[in-house]
Amino acid sequence: MTTVRIPPTLRAESGGEARVQAAGDTVRELLEDLTARFPALRERLFRDEQIAPFVNVYLEGEDVRTLDGLETPVREGATVILLPAMAGG
Amino acid sequence: MATVQELYELWAGQSELEQALQRSLEPRGTEWLVHVDACCGQEARCSHTSRSRPSGSYSGSSARRSTFGSDVPSSTAASLLELIGGTPLVELPRLADAAGVSPRVRLYAKLEAQNPTGSIKDRVALAMIEAAEAAGELEPGRELLEPTSGNTGISLAMVARLKGYRLTCVLPESVTEERKRILEIFGAEIVWSPGEEGSNGAVRVAVELAGREGRWFVPFQYGNEANPLAHYDGTGAEIAAALDRLDVFVAGLGTGGTLMGAGRRLREAFPGVVVAAAEPLPGDPVMGLRSLEDGYVPPILDVSQLDRKLLVSNDEAAAGVRALLEREAIFAGLSSGASVQVATRLALELEEGVVACVLADGGWKYLSAPFWQAGAADAELEANLWW
Repeated sequence: MTTVRIPPTLRAESGGEARVQAAGDTVRELLEDLTARFPALRERLFRDEQIAPFVNVYLEGEDVRTLDGLETPVREGATVILLPAMAGG
Repeated sequence: MATVQELYELWAGQSELEQALQRSLEPRGTEWLVHVDACCGQEARCSHTSRSRPSGSYSGSSARRSTFGSDVPSSTAASLLELIGGTPLVELPRLADAAGVSPRVRLYAKLEAQNPTGSIKDRVALAMIEAAEAAGELEPGRELLEPTSGNTGISLAMVARLKGYRLTCVLPESVTEERKRILEIFGAEIVWSPGEEGSNGAVRVAVELAGREGRWFVPFQYGNEANPLAHYDGTGAEIAAALDRLDVFVAGLGTGGTLMGAGRRLREAFPGVVVAAAEPLPGDPVMGLRSLEDGYVPPILDVSQLDRKLLVSNDEAAAGVRALLEREAIFAGLSSGASVQVATRLALELEEGVVACVLADGGWKYLSAPFWQAGAADAELEANLWW
């Protein structure tokens, strides 16, 4: 299983949970498992079957967009963090 | 053989020696030699850190900076605007060694705190204003409006004062007290945006204001191509000129300007370089956007141009700040701590090579922050906006 950290913005869709467990060998499978249990998350996380533009998904602290995207392999026990895109400056 | 301190005391205390000493200060090879034969026939080999060039390939342009003893005081500047950029690149051997980085990997940091207002944003502020002036979009007396988490506002305040513009900044309530005070002291007007919306909230409020009132000129660092261009022409070009080799370049991700501009310039100079972003993992209190659609990706940021994009928690960034201070005596801000943490992490993946990171500002604007001692006030650390 993989621990998924949910940002405050999405906790209404995760039943108020800040951390949930999900299973999958890739980021895609993991998010499919997550959204199967929390269907309201699906339309927030995906757009045109891809990660929505204002959503960042991090596997072990690295943005999966600079890895292999949704096909990035996930090892057992990893941590995934979902975040809204935020600017600075 | 005289010590540097003795030479300075001689110089400061005996005016008749000043001209002779000034004439005899000159760089030689990788060290600075101070000839004093004009007055006493002695010669000192200077070991003052800011005079000693790093033993690597650095040959950067610190010559026009004139902190005590750093160079020949042979020129003057017409204004602070001429002193923007040309920041030094310093090696971090003690920090790298303590982290277990291979001795065949060299780790460098670009000290952007040495810009006039103490941050890398001086480059961006000047570039945006001068681009607008050149395009005829900004006439004297016009009012500027900019959303900012602080540093860009402070830099714009300096440029605006020198060029005669009025400035209003939209600032999240969750920024450090020092940034608010500096902006007030510079005479900038401040419009507050909700702290829990972070910089995204400042952008939203500024866009709403500008839409209602046409009197503003909004430089808009998040969408202004002058921002990355300032780093292409400045930050990146300076690093490219200073190093013979570069394997990894790391900068903090805020607007994306440094990573896009310097990254592009460095890829031209070093085609295989890995361009890596250090990204903040904000605490829950500053992530309370009303909805995911309030998320914001700056128009100038193209994530496909990044090779790595790594999250750094506030705790990790604070540990980086303390490591810079304890190992290298560098007094830096929180994004610099994040930048050096990612640089160290990526340096540990190398057996040999050169890694350079950007330290975007100094520690002065964070004196009230809780992170100077390990483990202190985590709740406060999570509740503030630091980048």
